[in-house]
Amino acid sequence: MIQVNNISKKYNGTTVLKIDSLEIPKGQSLGLVGNNGAGKTTFFSLLLDLIQPTTGSITNNEIQVNTSEAWKPFTAAFIDESFLIGYLTPEEYFYFIGDLRGQNKADIDTLLLKYEEFFNGEILKNKKYLRDLSKGNQKKVGIIATLIGNPEVIILDEPFANLDPTTVNRLKKVIKDLAENPDITILVSSHDLQHTVEVCDRIVALNKGELVKDIKTSEETLRELEAFFAV
Amino acid sequence: MFKHFIDLELKAFFRSASVGKSIGLKILMGFLVVYFLLVFLVLGIALYPLLEKSFPDQKPLAIVNSFVIFWLAFELVFRFFMQSLPVMNIKPLLILPVKRESVIHFVLLKSATSIFNIFPLLVIIPFGILNIIEGNYNPVNMIFWMFAMYVLALSINYANFLIKKKFAENIVAFLPFVAIGVVLFGLDYYGTFKISSLSGILLDGLVAQPIFVVAPILLLVTLYFFNFKYLKTNFYLDSSLQSKVEEAKTSDLTWTKRFGAIAPFLSLDIKMIWRNKRPKTTIWISLIFLAYGLLFYSNPSNSAPAFLVFVGVFMTGAFMLNYGQFVPSWDSDYYGMMMSQNIPMKQYLASKAALMSVSVLVLAILSTPYLYFGWNILAINMACALYNLGVNIPVLIFAGSFNKKRIDLDKSPFMNYQGTGATQWIMGLPILALPALIFYAFCKLVNVETATITIAVLGIIGLGMRNVMMEKIAQSYRKRKYVTISGFKQQEN
Repeated sequence: MIQVNNISKKYNGTTVLKIDSLEIPKGQSLGLVGNNGAGKTTFFSLLLDLIQPTTGSITNNEIQVNTSEAWKPFTAAFIDESFLIGYLTPEEYFYFIGDLRGQNKADIDTLLLKYEEFFNGEILKNKKYLRDLSKGNQKKVGIIATLIGNPEVIILDEPFANLDPTTVNRLKKVIKDLAENPDITILVSSHDLQHTVEVCDRIVALNKGELVKDIKTSEETLRELEAFFAV
Repeated sequence: MFKHFIDLELKAFFRSASVGKSIGLKILMGFLVVYFLLVFLVLGIALYPLLEKSFPDQKPLAIVNSFVIFWLAFELVFRFFMQSLPVMNIKPLLILPVKRESVIHFVLLKSATSIFNIFPLLVIIPFGILNIIEGNYNPVNMIFWMFAMYVLALSINYANFLIKKKFAENIVAFLPFVAIGVVLFGLDYYGTFKISSLSGILLDGLVAQPIFVVAPILLLVTLYFFNFKYLKTNFYLDSSLQSKVEEAKTSDLTWTKRFGAIAPFLSLDIKMIWRNKRPKTTIWISLIFLAYGLLFYSNPSNSAPAFLVFVGVFMTGAFMLNYGQFVPSWDSDYYGMMMSQNIPMKQYLASKAALMSVSVLVLAILSTPYLYFGWNILAINMACALYNLGVNIPVLIFAGSFNKKRIDLDKSPFMNYQGTGATQWIMGLPILALPALIFYAFCKLVNVETATITIAVLGIIGLGMRNVMMEKIAQSYRKRKYVTISGFKQQEN
């Protein structure tokens, strides 16, 4: 589904990301782990064509992301709060994204109903603008908004950060369910090795912009990763 | 303690992200400041001889004393719009062993150093000295008078903060004060109640008996104390620092659906304007600018036809200019998201163009009462509206592709240069001056009618080519996408 060819990104001569080759087949759930500055967000930004690669390219379903925009209809992402529109209420935001992805109000309402438990009664019908929600609740909105319009590629940057323990568990279940769908490819980045190992079939570790580990998840994966990141 | 604060302030100033970038803006502001300093100084020096010549039977000081009250009222209005509140980032200081009182005193004293407090000095001192030399006043008494005047200016400084804080820069809340001022001025004008003679009597008394200087000092101390008290009670995270949570009013704006493909963006833009302070204020400003024509039409001597075009473009395009110059910066907070969504750039821009077009139409209709000043004025205004629709809107949107400075939607637009870059300054020229120049040329070569028709025809041609132009403009936006995204990410202080 996603093919990375010799991609690199340099800022003022410093290389922040350099991946020679990475292939993510359709239906896989991939966890991207690494310390701060490892290049996780840079990689996602390149994948979403928000920044230009210094060299190389990424293709998403055979479409080169920085030359065509045809990947956008089937790709959804939540990177940070800048993906939210602060002066809208959560409902308005969902309907707006729905409009962009060709979904009508009823479709959105059905989807939201499905994730009522995940919202924990703190999101919908609260008469609050997104800018006035707590960081955790903003994140819930952003994550669910990526599911609008049945995307085939879902990108979540640090979805577990800022969430309360109950929501983290609910989110893990949401991601696992999505991962079981053979049509959906999920990319999740996290600092938290355990969460990532639990929800993903494959783990890629980045360190200082380079790919240092690429393993299929198994019993030993967590120990192997912990050993790698141990001081 | 104050030494640390000053140090922090200087660092905040010199290390803010905007220091290096907007050097052109700084120079312009510097020129403005120097200009006003000179203007006030000249006024201070010329005031005495001027008054002496115009009113030989009255003492200049007596005239000035009776007008001080109006000057103070004017200064209050001026400061309300122009002077920003002294701010200091106090959040990090809250839990440090720093006395709340000293932080508040620092913030309040800092405001006394504002340039707005230097202007009155430039008038007061030369005028006072001339009174001593020419008017044979006792130097000691005049020094007390100058001192009292300056204390009054400072009182205005603190009165302004109280009003601003209390009414949170809400223009509507300021209206009662304007009304009281107008009523007092009216009563004075018709001689019913002479507030100017009251001000004159009080200040003449002060010149005679310097001991009365205690009164303005008391006023200043009281205002300072109220400011202090207000800030002290609001020096907590949950009151002043944390913004108020508004109750969201959902509006589905289903009527926008009629606009087809641009509907989602149109409804988003309307919500953006209505729910955020800065864009919302631009609506009020646009309506106020409608009165701009009065300044020119009522005075035929300074209304050369080419100048009327300038006025026409400005009035019918007030919203278009205020809003259009910051496309797409209004969406800077979430521009990255927009660019990763499946949105057709052309429709995104078409929605902005539609919004501006509607504003031009509405303002053009609202400007029709200017028919009172003659048919040609109406004709020029309508031609300008067409020109705005056909030419200026695409030009503004095209220029927007070069915008890369973010905007915080919740700040007041007065004296707010956030989001202003070279683009805005360069664009002002062709948008306002070009139609006036074309008009002037045709006016000289043929006549006013032909010139008016030319402006209108240019607008109609532009409207006909709108589709083609928008296509090209959308390409320009796509090309500059990365620069724009990274520019919008940069926070400014």
